[in-house]
Amino acid sequence: MLNQLIQGILLGGYYALIAIGLSFMFSVMRVINLAHGSLLIVAAYALWFLADTYGVNPFLGLLIVLPLMAGIGWALQRFLLERSARGGSLLPILTTFGLAIVVDNLMFQRFGADTRSLAPFIGDLSWSSFELPGGLFVGKLSVLIFLTAILLVGGLQSLLKFTPLGRAIRATAQDPDTARLVGIDAARASAAAAAIALVTIGIAGAFLGMRGVFDAYAGAPQLLFAFEAAVIGGTGSLWGTLIGGIFLALAQSFGAMVHPQGFLIGGHLAFLAALFYRHFVARQLVADWLRSRARRPA
Amino acid sequence: MMKDAKSFNVTRWTPTSRLILGLIAVLLIALAIAPVVASAGVIDRLTVLFVYILLAAMWNALAGFGGLVSIGQHMFFGLGAYLTIRLANTGLDPFASMALAAALVGMISLAVSYLMLHLKGGEFAIAMWVLAALTHRLVNLDPLIQGETGTSLISLNVYEIGVRRIAIYWAGLTAMTALLAALFLLLRSKTGAAIQAIRDSEEAAASIGVNVLGTKRVLFVLAAVGIGLAGAIWLASAISFQPKTYFSVQWTAYMIFMVLVGGIGTFEGAILGAVLFFLIESWFGDAGVWYLIGLGATALFFSLFFPKGLWGAIERRLPHALLPIGYTLSDFSPQEPHSRTANHQRSR
Repeated sequence: MLNQLIQGILLGGYYALIAIGLSFMFSVMRVINLAHGSLLIVAAYALWFLADTYGVNPFLGLLIVLPLMAGIGWALQRFLLERSARGGSLLPILTTFGLAIVVDNLMFQRFGADTRSLAPFIGDLSWSSFELPGGLFVGKLSVLIFLTAILLVGGLQSLLKFTPLGRAIRATAQDPDTARLVGIDAARASAAAAAIALVTIGIAGAFLGMRGVFDAYAGAPQLLFAFEAAVIGGTGSLWGTLIGGIFLALAQSFGAMVHPQGFLIGGHLAFLAALFYRHFVARQLVADWLRSRARRPA
Repeated sequence: MMKDAKSFNVTRWTPTSRLILGLIAVLLIALAIAPVVASAGVIDRLTVLFVYILLAAMWNALAGFGGLVSIGQHMFFGLGAYLTIRLANTGLDPFASMALAAALVGMISLAVSYLMLHLKGGEFAIAMWVLAALTHRLVNLDPLIQGETGTSLISLNVYEIGVRRIAIYWAGLTAMTALLAALFLLLRSKTGAAIQAIRDSEEAAASIGVNVLGTKRVLFVLAAVGIGLAGAIWLASAISFQPKTYFSVQWTAYMIFMVLVGGIGTFEGAILGAVLFFLIESWFGDAGVWYLIGLGATALFFSLFFPKGLWGAIERRLPHALLPIGYTLSDFSPQEPHSRTANHQRSR
């Protein structure tokens, strides 16, 4: 039981890691990127290609792939999202969905139907584990993923809070026109935000490839996991994403205990329960609280 | 103000739109009696076309008129097929099962709407996808379906193959005509005025007393019933039911493609998009992965450069809407030929 709890929490770290880019883009650019999952797979394939063809260790490969991902993010914002956002808030959903279809099928065309993994290229990291007191084993890779998620969330929060770029990004997120008035290059801030989001996607894609297998169409389920973690944690909140990921993973583990096919069902139900809570229970609680305050004599 | 109001004629039907309606009636009668002369292959292909038009029109009803972009409409497609199998398994006639399944899909969508319609924009879009994935998993648990192995609508065998083909064709034609007519009448009703107000600005509509949630719910349920029927008809013509092929996001991708290319938010655009998709599929469907890449790239291109779709470009050049959903305001003095339809005054 304790073992399952620990494994669930560590898996939650992975979900948080893949959700960070999605959540970041939503909170600072107001865009839900439906190509998110596909871009995770792009990063994984890029690292696999470097490792398989040139023998580059995937961790070193990140030095090449992350700048590439940043470039993709910049271009994505400049050439697709900026233009499509002008057509209203619904159009970017369709644009990124179209992009996902193109990217998935291009990868299928290039890499075929075989599943790939980065696990063979990272030595014993993929299978070795730490032994905890009480005979519990936790995978080293899972711990690394969990720590990376925490570091990434903390890093992004500090970046948004303390750096000039972070301030520009936050100002643009709140109101691009006013940001422009006070001398912020809103287009540049959005493009930088997209580049940062894609860098986190690159890191997440690396771990996706190390902890399991992937193929060209593996992006869609990852998008759903990332989205569920982000929504459960409260869309747009980065620390919430971490909690959301853990909650999702625990619900999945619980589902798997109840029924052999219950893993995914448990996660989806937890997601719906979180939605239900947010829209009916939490809203009611806030309304009651406001009413009780209003009644209180001044 | 009164003077201004007096100087315009408000009309709904124009001679052109009457002519178009007459032509549609003739076309539908021709399609209804087509099985007498058309070959089996043509009948099968036309049934596919009816399903596509139904899917496009229903996704457009939701996204184009209700402002609700869903990536999970394949949920209702799969449910329509699954419930048909379930009901037919009890010994009910397969065609009666199809109709009843669509009604059940409507009820399920009504229940679901009470949670989902609180979501906005992209959240609604992917949350519907999650719901579709959950429905897929739950259907897989049904012992009758045997997981991904699937099953077949065996009870259709009581009909001889030739009779069956024509019956499915008629079912498709009837379903398409009935739901398009329902949508058309809905858009022309008082609710339709509310729908168009919501499409143009949700906040403004709410501020003048439009029941936004209730109006969206009508569209949500209508779209679910239509797509459920489409799934049931697809099942009848394909016979076999594998959850993976019905609960596939591919179906939603097709709907989006058809509506984006045809023209989102226009009644005629969705139909045009479906016909185009049908032709493209007939010509390039064998190209495999490149065909899918082409579809995605086309959708991407339209969303960026032609967000109003082909019908948006055609409509601008027409003096009146072909099928009048709004009203035509024409200048009272006959010397002034300028006229504008309310349909054209969109601010999206």
